[in-house]
Amino acid sequence: MGVDFLYPEFEVVRNASRCTNCRLCERQCANEVHSFDGESGVMLADDSKCVNCQRCVAFCPTRALKIVESDCKFRSNANWSDQTIREIYKQANSGGVLLSSMGNPNRLPVYWDRILVNASQVTNPSIDPLREPMETRVFLGKKPARIKRDAQGRLDVRLEPQIELAVPIMFSAMSYGSISYNAHESLARAATELGIMYNTGEGGLHEDFYKYGPNTVVQVASGRFGVHERFLLAGAAIEIKMGQGAKPGIGGHLPGAKIVGDVSRTRMIPEGTDAISPAPHHDIYSIEDLRQLIFSLKEATEYQKPIIVKVAAVHNIAAIASGIARAGADVIAIDGFRGGTGAAPTRIRDNVGIPVELALAAVDRRLRDEGIRNNVSLVVGGSIRSAADVVKAIALGADACYVATAALVALGCRLCRTCQSGKCNWGIATQRPELVKRLDPELGSRRLVNLVSAWRHELMEMMGGMGINSVEALRGNRLMLRGVGMTEKELQILGIAHAGE
Amino acid sequence: MTVIDVSGLDHKTINESLRRADGECALLHCCGQRFIAAGMSDKKITIEGIPGNALGAYLNGASIVVNSNAQDQTGDTMNEGAIVIHGDVGDAAGYAMRGGRIFIRGNAGYRAGIHMKAYGAKSPAVVIGGRAGSFLGEYQAGGVIVVLGLDSDGQTLVGDFPCTGMHGGKMYLRTDRLTVPFPSQVTARPASEEDLAELRTLLADYCDQFGLALDEVMNAPFTVVTPDSQNPYRRMYVAN
Repeated sequence: MGVDFLYPEFEVVRNASRCTNCRLCERQCANEVHSFDGESGVMLADDSKCVNCQRCVAFCPTRALKIVESDCKFRSNANWSDQTIREIYKQANSGGVLLSSMGNPNRLPVYWDRILVNASQVTNPSIDPLREPMETRVFLGKKPARIKRDAQGRLDVRLEPQIELAVPIMFSAMSYGSISYNAHESLARAATELGIMYNTGEGGLHEDFYKYGPNTVVQVASGRFGVHERFLLAGAAIEIKMGQGAKPGIGGHLPGAKIVGDVSRTRMIPEGTDAISPAPHHDIYSIEDLRQLIFSLKEATEYQKPIIVKVAAVHNIAAIASGIARAGADVIAIDGFRGGTGAAPTRIRDNVGIPVELALAAVDRRLRDEGIRNNVSLVVGGSIRSAADVVKAIALGADACYVATAALVALGCRLCRTCQSGKCNWGIATQRPELVKRLDPELGSRRLVNLVSAWRHELMEMMGGMGINSVEALRGNRLMLRGVGMTEKELQILGIAHAGE
Repeated sequence: MTVIDVSGLDHKTINESLRRADGECALLHCCGQRFIAAGMSDKKITIEGIPGNALGAYLNGASIVVNSNAQDQTGDTMNEGAIVIHGDVGDAAGYAMRGGRIFIRGNAGYRAGIHMKAYGAKSPAVVIGGRAGSFLGEYQAGGVIVVLGLDSDGQTLVGDFPCTGMHGGKMYLRTDRLTVPFPSQVTARPASEEDLAELRTLLADYCDQFGLALDEVMNAPFTVVTPDSQNPYRRMYVAN
């Protein structure tokens, strides 16, 4: 108490007439908010520990609980918000760098919401996906620039290695360590059933998950955790992580406290030691150096695996992407500033990077202008929230989308943004066995399959409405998009017309 | 023994030839070709001439002897095996290596042994016969780095900013005078008997490779540098 006291952000509201003192809430809460007072015979709650993950709300059998945002705020001030003042108190108290999780929650433009999609009326027929064939399959990788024939005139049908996706969606990188074994298993099983990919992140590949290799993207980042020959050969593709939308320009580290048991084995580092991924790859100071890492991976895997290079959306992304394409990458993944994370410094998460919509449009245009668009596929991520976002991304030039936050939400995540605590009550961002087991991989993978199947159907319906029957034909089809409430400059960068035009 | 004249050949062709060859191979007239032996596990390769960057990247058990200098990123992310360089080596030798040995007779460039790790039975070692450039052992998380300063004529053994971010492993310097500042999160002390015994085993192999007299190499003061914490950033953050 005293100068450092902050009134809790959330209040636990318990309806006494419904509460039966069953103490289920107490057992469900790893933050130890709820307790039973034997003397008075009532349930108590310590609001200060509540992160509003809604686990108790979801599991209370009598619906006696709700969590509300506290209205005990500092005097309202449009400049000095309650959040800003709280952050200053936290730092004045601790001297610490503010650490947050998940994507940027601030009021910054979401361009997806300012883009509207076309549909056929009168002059061209729409297509009913329930009755007519519709192709959602895509292949990521270099496409040949021209038809080649041998001396006998036979077609040369050899292609550079490709990633085949039944739907233009992949689960983006989340390491084992940042999320749980059961979360990884849910993603791996769902990816396999859906004919798409999930991604190991920079945490190595658990021994049990090698069997999902054909639907796995293995990641190599600056810390090289868990990277060895077998790992590189295990997946369908290799991703070099240069940057992440939630924290462009900085590295990461998984605290030693989370490097336990299987996580230590999978990362191939001793238990209890911090897993530090330096901000840069210390062998990459130029596009030429990136080319070297790309080709060292191609050599080590005998040119069998497409190489994805993942970068955060930042200023000059178009020039950067052009360099990556020329460095020999098969796929460029661009992660926007709203992308999620298990932990990032708040200031970085909220202030560094640019919206992926603008980055994507700029990159697609630049690669087309330079005549190298078909040398590389584009994947975008960083808060793709629905099938509509996927449709818009593809029409802006993406070959596929990376989805992670939506996948975690499907698994139960309530976006409470406290992944860094390691006490995820939904069994996702935790390594505590009693919490991990709450996430059933069977059920989890089923929910992920449901989500992506539903998105696929929505994608087909939206394409059908436009009279388009394949994702390939939608890609880069900006005529299908119109902007609302945007400036000339924004429309120009996106390469779309305003609604009404 | 397969002998391959690699003049004019590119890295793809060289590696294909190496994969086809059984056991021992010699590469002649090597001139800057990169990625030689990337990811290989069962070869014994001798290289005449100068191999290019990323020699033995992801090496998984193969052994490589280079009879002259090597360039940057030798043994990048190496998992097992041995690389012996009779001359000098460029920058970032042994980047993120997890196992195996890199023995360098001459000097190493910047960032040697950066982010080296150890895991279980795997404990990598980089032994540099001459001097090392700046940022030696940056982010070192495991394994052993040794700098001997042989024939260094009294020049500084290591460049600036050694051991920055070091949080595991051990470094041996064949000197009792540290002429550059070491960061506050590591401790430098004279080697103990136990340290010297461990070092002797490693240097016995090293001296064998290069025909050096082990006792002469050992007959000098050694300084050992170790990190104070496995968790250098634990107290840096506050939850928001």
